[in-house]
Amino acid sequence: MAVTAEYQGRLHHLQKELMAQYYRELTESSEGHGKKAAYLLIGGNPVELLRAFDILPVYPEVNALQLAVKKQSLGHIQAAEGMGYSTDNCAYVKADIGLYFSGRKTPFATIPEPDLLLCNYVGCNVYLHWFDHLAQYTKRPAFHLDVPFIRTKSGGPTNDDFAYVMRQLRQLIEVCEGITGRRLDEDKLREAVTLSSKTGELWSKIKHLTKRTPSPYDAYFDSVTMMAPLYCLRGTPAGVEFFETAYAEYAAKADAGEGPLAREDVRFVIEGPPPWPYLRQFRDMFSRWNAVAVASTYSTVGGLWEFGFVHDPDKPLESIAEHLLRWNLTNRNFLQRYDQIERYLEEWHADALVIHSVKSCRLFSAGQGDMREYFTKRGVSTLLVESDLEDPRYFSEAQMRNRIDAFFESLAHRKLTHAQA
Amino acid sequence: MALQLESSFDQIVDRCVESIESLDFAEAKAWKRASEGRALAGCFPVYSPLEIFHAAGALPVGLVGGGNRLEIAHADSRFQSFICSIVKSTLELGMTGKLDDFDGLVFHSICDPARNLASVYQRNFPDTKIEYIHFPQRIGAPDAVDYLAAEYARIALWAGELTGRPPSADDLRASIELYDAIRARIRALYALRSERPHLLSTRELYALVRYGHGVPPDVHLGVLDEALAQVAQRGGKPKDRARVVLIGSFCEQPPLDLIASIESAGCYIVDDDFLLGRRFFTEDVGADCDQPLVRLADAYVRRSVDSSVKHDLGHSKAERLVERARAQRADAVVVLTAKFCEPALFDYALYRKALQEAHLPHVFLEFEEKMWLFDKIKSEIETFVESLLFA
Repeated sequence: MAVTAEYQGRLHHLQKELMAQYYRELTESSEGHGKKAAYLLIGGNPVELLRAFDILPVYPEVNALQLAVKKQSLGHIQAAEGMGYSTDNCAYVKADIGLYFSGRKTPFATIPEPDLLLCNYVGCNVYLHWFDHLAQYTKRPAFHLDVPFIRTKSGGPTNDDFAYVMRQLRQLIEVCEGITGRRLDEDKLREAVTLSSKTGELWSKIKHLTKRTPSPYDAYFDSVTMMAPLYCLRGTPAGVEFFETAYAEYAAKADAGEGPLAREDVRFVIEGPPPWPYLRQFRDMFSRWNAVAVASTYSTVGGLWEFGFVHDPDKPLESIAEHLLRWNLTNRNFLQRYDQIERYLEEWHADALVIHSVKSCRLFSAGQGDMREYFTKRGVSTLLVESDLEDPRYFSEAQMRNRIDAFFESLAHRKLTHAQA
Repeated sequence: MALQLESSFDQIVDRCVESIESLDFAEAKAWKRASEGRALAGCFPVYSPLEIFHAAGALPVGLVGGGNRLEIAHADSRFQSFICSIVKSTLELGMTGKLDDFDGLVFHSICDPARNLASVYQRNFPDTKIEYIHFPQRIGAPDAVDYLAAEYARIALWAGELTGRPPSADDLRASIELYDAIRARIRALYALRSERPHLLSTRELYALVRYGHGVPPDVHLGVLDEALAQVAQRGGKPKDRARVVLIGSFCEQPPLDLIASIESAGCYIVDDDFLLGRRFFTEDVGADCDQPLVRLADAYVRRSVDSSVKHDLGHSKAERLVERARAQRADAVVVLTAKFCEPALFDYALYRKALQEAHLPHVFLEFEEKMWLFDKIKSEIETFVESLLFA
């Protein structure tokens, strides 16, 4: 079973094509002859509402990570630090602020000025600072969509939380009506929610495919790549097309017993965002041990479809509220993440847990030492490594490789002695 | 006579300092033991609705980390090196048994590490009740008041679980009245320090305010009244010092000696954001109301002070800092932030721009609660003050 040239072939090209179209739309908007643009965040978001108004979603996080992947982030980060931002501030924010003040031109698009700054505050407190700052710099209309964090024993939102978010969504509709000069078209909203529900269902099916042995794709490195169409294209026919293609391709691989590597020796769950500036190098560190991620928490920051969520076209606003409140990792508490990982370890039949602790994102990282302690005590082989999601200065390749090598070596030894016993 | 009074004022401050430098929570524990049905509720910064806990018969105790008298031996394996010290030292307090007598701990939506700390506490201390308050971020919006009142109703039930006695409306009104009285005294002390900073140092004021973190509110009120009565009679002449507004230390607290070092380096600190939760409102909450929880919520949403953990799209915190510095006739602003404190560090970028545009000099400094040596910061402040005085 060799890694073939076809791996991700058609899907990869389709993603490039569809994302290029999305970025063309961003550039057109920036040139003043495209759609109105709204900045919003990845964590559970109401993009369907924007689709109903033909407002183009712009994700500063996606732009920042694209800069990092293309080795373009450091200059922007340093420019922001020159403005007074700290080395300890989230580097996504710094890359985005640096980009904003450098004219918003990237190798993939020119990012438009926002017609609306929609801060969907789902858990991440940095979101609030980020959009406060953008509001100050751009002087554009801003709206804080305040989503109460999951904090009750039930593990879900309270009725008051739900009512609060519903009230805000109705206010957001009025804001969008003001920006576009159009009333909400309920049919269009229903259509966008229908498309999102199809995308979500497909994404869920794709994620469940990695329960198979071998896993047909890497649920970290390939999943995080698919997050771009998941967010940038969700609620559109193109989004559905992409995930139909992805499901067909991966299901065929699963049926054929093919995986992303020639062999699958280790199945692991990975927690935390990837080091975008060194994604390839990081991937190689696992591949050389024939280790495949079968589940990842980062791929659920914007939605937990694999655990049963689906948008409901008959209740569009209510299901958007549910998505914001309950069905994304970002708005769930830290212990719910332990449960999520536990479920992955069991249901996705994983051998180990890797925690990638990033300095920028404390929502993810703060307390991961406790998480390691929890899983280690439960007998799960757990590795914690540190770097960053955006800032290349925090990635020490040799040190990272040493730690990963040592971990998989000891894991292999343990498996061997366990088998002999 | 004056000497006697000053000596007596010093004794009050000494008593406060002794209390706040101890990590035993002795006064709070003694209060709990004195009667059945009492409970201790630990409140993490920045702001907590103390009235609700008090009205339920619990004593809200301010938790502000371990300062420089607690070695972090366990908690640093749970939280990484890039996480602020207060998160780790607050966990260390629990891990070393110092919070064993606490019945509940409450955390708030101020930042991501503080939020995750609530979960880590919940896992490691299953017998302690852990609660988390999500404060609204739609400052000034009427629907935010409705939301927060509902959140407070939930918290009132939780507080009732600590003591077995959910607070009644009358209980809440009485507690609001008591804490309003405390806040009024603190406002008076702040006004006095601004007006005559040579009579009341920030070290002293800080000790007087922080004393309230660990004692029953009526005891704190008595101390504040005594202090107010005596400080007004102090003598002395103003020194040639720079008037500064200090900002950025609203959560993790600098060591008392660091505050004293800044003052002795040539500053009169005429306004600050230390211990903000004890004086969170611009005016009385007001106990004369039908729905005290709604009144408390309204005070948070419409009548609370600026803070790095509140986000008001309608107003620029940076512009208001400039206005505040001007109103205080400040020569400069000292931005003193805890190491790794993201809310403060984010705000600094906006403050810097606004202060530069307003031609208000400022200096940026970082601290950690566990600092022991202050020579470097003192030297930086001295140089900064010299640059102001001899510009």
